[in-house]
Amino acid sequence: MIKALALVGNPNVGKTAVFNDLTGLSHSTGNYPGVTVERKHGELREHGIDAEIVDMPGAYSLAARSPDEMIVADILLNQVPHEHPVIGLVVVVDASNLERNLYFVSQLLELGKPIIIALNMMDVAARLGVIIDLEALSREIGAPVVPLCAHIGKGVDALLREIRRMVEGHIPPAQPVCRFPECLSKAVDSLTADLEQFKTTLGRTVPRAEAFRVLVDEEGYAEERLVRTLGEQCANLIRARRREAQSGEITLAATEARERYRWAEEVTRRTLRLPSERPVTGSDRLDDVLTHRVLGTLCFLGIMMLVFQSIYSGALPAMHAVEAMVGWVGTAVGGTLPSGMLRSLVVDGIIGGVGSVVVFLPQILLLSLFIAILEDCGYMARAAFLMDKIMSWCGLSGQSFIPMLSCFACAVPGITATRVIHNQRDRFATILVAPLMSCSARLLVYTVMIAALIPERRFLGGIIGLQGLTLFCAYILGIAVTGPAAWIFKRTIFRGQKSPFIMEMPSYKMPQPRSVIRKLYREGREFLVRAGTLIFSVAVIVWALAYFPHSATIEEEFEVQRAETMAHMPEGPERDKALQEIDHKEAGAHLRNSFLGRLGRMVEPVFRPMGWDWRIATAVIASFPAREVFIATLATILNLEYEDDSAYQVLSQRLKAVERSDGEKLFNIPVGLSIIVFFALCCQCAATLFVIRRETAQWRWSILTFSYMTTLAYLGALITYQGFTLLGL
Amino acid sequence: MQGSPSDTAKAGSRRSLDQLLRGQRGVVARVTGAGAIQQRLLEMGVCRGAEVSVVRFAPLGDPMVVQVRGSYLTMRKSEAALVELEPGA
Repeated sequence: MIKALALVGNPNVGKTAVFNDLTGLSHSTGNYPGVTVERKHGELREHGIDAEIVDMPGAYSLAARSPDEMIVADILLNQVPHEHPVIGLVVVVDASNLERNLYFVSQLLELGKPIIIALNMMDVAARLGVIIDLEALSREIGAPVVPLCAHIGKGVDALLREIRRMVEGHIPPAQPVCRFPECLSKAVDSLTADLEQFKTTLGRTVPRAEAFRVLVDEEGYAEERLVRTLGEQCANLIRARRREAQSGEITLAATEARERYRWAEEVTRRTLRLPSERPVTGSDRLDDVLTHRVLGTLCFLGIMMLVFQSIYSGALPAMHAVEAMVGWVGTAVGGTLPSGMLRSLVVDGIIGGVGSVVVFLPQILLLSLFIAILEDCGYMARAAFLMDKIMSWCGLSGQSFIPMLSCFACAVPGITATRVIHNQRDRFATILVAPLMSCSARLLVYTVMIAALIPERRFLGGIIGLQGLTLFCAYILGIAVTGPAAWIFKRTIFRGQKSPFIMEMPSYKMPQPRSVIRKLYREGREFLVRAGTLIFSVAVIVWALAYFPHSATIEEEFEVQRAETMAHMPEGPERDKALQEIDHKEAGAHLRNSFLGRLGRMVEPVFRPMGWDWRIATAVIASFPAREVFIATLATILNLEYEDDSAYQVLSQRLKAVERSDGEKLFNIPVGLSIIVFFALCCQCAATLFVIRRETAQWRWSILTFSYMTTLAYLGALITYQGFTLLGL
Repeated sequence: MQGSPSDTAKAGSRRSLDQLLRGQRGVVARVTGAGAIQQRLLEMGVCRGAEVSVVRFAPLGDPMVVQVRGSYLTMRKSEAALVELEPGA
């Protein structure tokens, strides 16, 4: 049996730095099953200690309210199956903020496990003029105290010595330090005894520390989990014990806080010497600017512009490079294969499919870089603070702002970024509405349609053009729908107790390059492995739908045409052009005859009310893996030449001329606008849906997102077409 | 004691944390309400006897930054309204 040690502590106390100091490079990360809480663990073998150390998410209390805190509580109470039982705790404590940190410490001391206090940020405390009597502190807590400056690796050897002693069993289990009113203590004892009767149903005994949480945290995680398995009988029992525990009118939570802080105040009074006035730190002065009403808002806008610009256009060269690379590899590999199914599968299916995954990497890495830096340096909390009021209008919190903003570039990194949102319900609501932001992939659809169909008229002395205005409206549409959609989700599926926006404002810190790089590497690998394989599969499936049944008759027909042209036309650019034309026609004929084309014909009646014919329908179906595929497919099915995205203006001109089977023009203003509205609101993006699955750990949120957005898109396109047709455009 | 009947009677005239202006201080008398928000405030050290001061408000007037027990907390005004202060502190 591997001995596991848990590394615990409040958020922002430098826990990750301690973890990196202890484990060096020999650690691995993953997720806890069923949740997106990151699991980090590392070996201590290189220090000659036979144990693994698990880095727990930061928590303020064992009273779990978020998935992070639930994992912490579960692991510390040994309630997670397949996890090695935790034999001891290393508690990281911020020396510059001792009193608040001691609250959590007092809870951990009641778990009956050996504890080491890693008193970190000694340098920050010293700068604040705080003097700590380490021996007295160790005596008061009843556990060894090791002073540390983890970010420069100072004190790590002493910490390792204590850890070795703990693993060898030389540190006795910690003892509780807080005295609670007798009625509360008695009620906890009684409840612990009561729960013994459910031992067989539960398959485990409920330790006293857990019973304490069940009793004190009304409607909390510990209670809810017990009641879910044990039912009403258990719920009644808990309620009865809770009444016994009550003393006076104050809630049990208030009693707990009062006693724990009484102890924390006592300990700090005995062991700490504080300066009479808290000195103004550099961090405070920085905050005077960065959270200032005017200056702070300006700085915020500047930082957001920088983030947005870099994921929007900064990633472009890298994305073009990926595309060029895919094209080059495709041509190189394709040249070695005989034409036919195998070549098409390898070039269009496999290489194209890999490309459709890798093309997201630059944006994901860039955004992750910014978020890692903003989070590590402490600005993320300020951004949430500045934006909270605006986001609260649609029931979200300030933490949703940066993920949502990122979605204007691409929803894939944006949805990954929702991990910064602490509240689970807020996070899921944000994920559900995030794809409504107009991402850069939609821009291509917008530009082609606008260039083809919207006349270029200028108003107000040429400042505002009709084309630009249409583009603007397409972007606004997504934002306008997001507010109400988020509001509705927060009041229906994510209804519940209002979530607290009570956060700590950590002091600013220099981000650690090592931890930033590590985060980037993890993000990139996670995306490629977890979402990439699925995105790739969908790309191959859609390729197959568009390729098969690949009729031989069509092939022969065009071979004949080719032979004729070769025979009758003199060699030269004229003939090359004619041959190219035949290629386009053949590709179009195959696509029209493919399963995809047949599917398009089948669903045509559904799309007819918005003025679309089966060819547009086919292109829409083909664009399920990614929106930008719509334009390329449309070009192929209409026999139009379309080399790459930069050729969109030529394409736009040709689209205007395309006719329907009844001789009418296929594209008019209402049809163009309905396509724009459809793409503004739909979720035609397999990558987004797979990332939602990855981030929520459940398929149903992907399905819900796709269904509600497609419904909105359909209705929106329908209303647009019918409305503008009525207006006589 | 915290929350005794006479306290409750006076509660109407009491100041709460959201009514303080920037730079003003107070001492917490009690945190009203129940559930997650009350518990989070208590855990973060906003409980009876703690000294609190308002550091700043966000550009749109809400949320606010409060200093308590040596650390800075952000909270919405609606949350600060749950924190009753001792009179005349």
